[in-house]
Amino acid sequence: MSGTPGEAVPLIRLRGLTKVYGQGQAAFQALRGVDLDIEAGEFVAIMGPSGSGKSTVMNTLGCLDTPTGGEYLFHGLHVERLGRDQRALLRRRYLGFVFQGFNLLARTSAQENVELPLLYRGEPAAARHRAARAALASVGLAGWEHHTPAELSGGQQQRVAIARAIVTAPEVLLADEPTGNLDTQRSHEIMELLWRLNDERGITVLMVTHEPDMARYARRIVHFVDGRIDSDTRNPEPAALADHAAEAR
Amino acid sequence: MLLNTLLLALREIRRNLLRSFLTILGIVIGVSAVITMVTLGNGATLAVQQQIAALGTNLLMIMPGQRLGPGRSSAGAPTFKEADVEAIRQQIGGVHVVAPQLMSSVTLVASGRNWSSTINGTSNEYFISNNWKLVFGRQFEEAEERAGSAVCVIGETVRRELFGAASAVDVLGQPLRVRNFSCEIIGVLLSKGQSGMGSDQDNMVVMPLRTVQRRVSGSQRVDVLLVSLQDGSDSERVKASLTHLMRERRKLSDTDEDNFNILDTRQFADAMAGTTQVMTMLLGAVAGVSLLVGGIGIMNIMLVSVTERTREIGIRLAIGALEREVLLQFLIEAVALAALGGLIGIALATLASLALSAVMQVPYVFDAGINVLSFVFSAAIGVVFGYFPARRAARLDPIEALRHE
Repeated sequence: MSGTPGEAVPLIRLRGLTKVYGQGQAAFQALRGVDLDIEAGEFVAIMGPSGSGKSTVMNTLGCLDTPTGGEYLFHGLHVERLGRDQRALLRRRYLGFVFQGFNLLARTSAQENVELPLLYRGEPAAARHRAARAALASVGLAGWEHHTPAELSGGQQQRVAIARAIVTAPEVLLADEPTGNLDTQRSHEIMELLWRLNDERGITVLMVTHEPDMARYARRIVHFVDGRIDSDTRNPEPAALADHAAEAR
Repeated sequence: MLLNTLLLALREIRRNLLRSFLTILGIVIGVSAVITMVTLGNGATLAVQQQIAALGTNLLMIMPGQRLGPGRSSAGAPTFKEADVEAIRQQIGGVHVVAPQLMSSVTLVASGRNWSSTINGTSNEYFISNNWKLVFGRQFEEAEERAGSAVCVIGETVRRELFGAASAVDVLGQPLRVRNFSCEIIGVLLSKGQSGMGSDQDNMVVMPLRTVQRRVSGSQRVDVLLVSLQDGSDSERVKASLTHLMRERRKLSDTDEDNFNILDTRQFADAMAGTTQVMTMLLGAVAGVSLLVGGIGIMNIMLVSVTERTREIGIRLAIGALEREVLLQFLIEAVALAALGGLIGIALATLASLALSAVMQVPYVFDAGINVLSFVFSAAIGVVFGYFPARRAARLDPIEALRHE
């Protein structure tokens, strides 16, 4: 990993990032020059109306998509210059994903779902089982290892998805509308979980959401409008801290 | 990585048991059809060979008339004489026994029943040349052969049709009416069953040549000369000297064509076996086409499966699966399915072959070659027809795939 000597390189650095979908008349400019630095250990909520570019920036940060122009440095590495397989290896090694629709494999037990990323890493079976059980326990699903997604509630399914995302001990967790399919009660439970992962394990969490209530859990909120960053603010008192403070009182 | 991918593929097959089963059904049927056809064909070939071997090993049959073929007939060609038998016996080397044969169709009457059969006028050598064993009784005595006595040895079918429940030993000494004379049964032959051509070899009455010549055909002729060769003697060489001798005895000039022909039962057996083998190959080829159709079935289901599992492929790609890992997973899935189908097909074919060969009364011949070949071929079908769907899966864009409903 190369960086300019002497300068502290942030975990993630976007410079002049642009993204154009389509060509000619039908071309749509999704990102119009985005500059963003994210340090390791941050909890960032990305907000904005539909079509503001928040999903595009998330896909780019997740190394699923390549920008049309500009730079994306991850650990000082130029992601925009990497090929498909190299980006896949980057995802495998550093990133974890949580989606709005859970995206678990159907007819597959929670345990096997969580083991999936470890299979691609080539972990031996015993280590896989151990790590998957530990990950499930850490999201509060000990004892649910052998249930299939159909036998789990939405909140539980999202917990399995989070367990799958963290089982490889990633540096960054990317959550795309993680509470979009859940009721308020479950949503807050999931946000508590993400908060804990960030707070206790130091995992960098990047989350796209359109619900201000959920964004309140983040330490930093970035607003996108028309493919540009509209505002980038610190959240002095994240929701979880406020709750704890309330309990203390 | 290969082991992991195999694990993933097997997990996928287990996860969709019904679909997996439907996918491999074509292969199962194809493989079992090929193996069953070939196995039964091999059994039939062996049966033909065994039956012709039972006719007598290394037997030459000399018949009057030119070689069989279009526009040729035996009409007008002189028959043989009893003296020919002696001449061959004394002048040709490498010969084991020589037997004359004079056949005649007759209606037999005994114990109040009728039966159509064939009379075979010959000598004791016939039992040796054509491999006949007696269950009961005896062969002809020299005096009986010389005198043309009214004695006969009957085949199993004749015994059953005329005497029914009476055992072989009970029919000995019984009278058998042939046309206008009655002869004494002195022996019963051990059954040989059907011949390679499907005729009943046991429907026959054997009598001394002279008895048939005098009492049935009323002539001195001999229809066929049966020449049984010694083990290891060269049938081509014997055939050449037989031809030479017979031409001489039948006073043919150098320009005349042969007015007799020599049939080598071994060549005949080879030709028969060859025909069955060609049939086997044809049937196997037809079954092979069904195997190919089975392969297309796999491709069909795999393509559907890729579409149906687009989202899942998206998840795998997002998690960090490489293009070649997804390709390999789907390819191995197809190959594992096809190979599994091949194995089930082999098991099914073994059962079907055992059952059918019992029903069709042909021996069961296990052919390792065709089993291995079918298995390898079915796995190869998995590779060929699995590659296209697998490539399609591997090239999916993860973002598009994740959005897929």
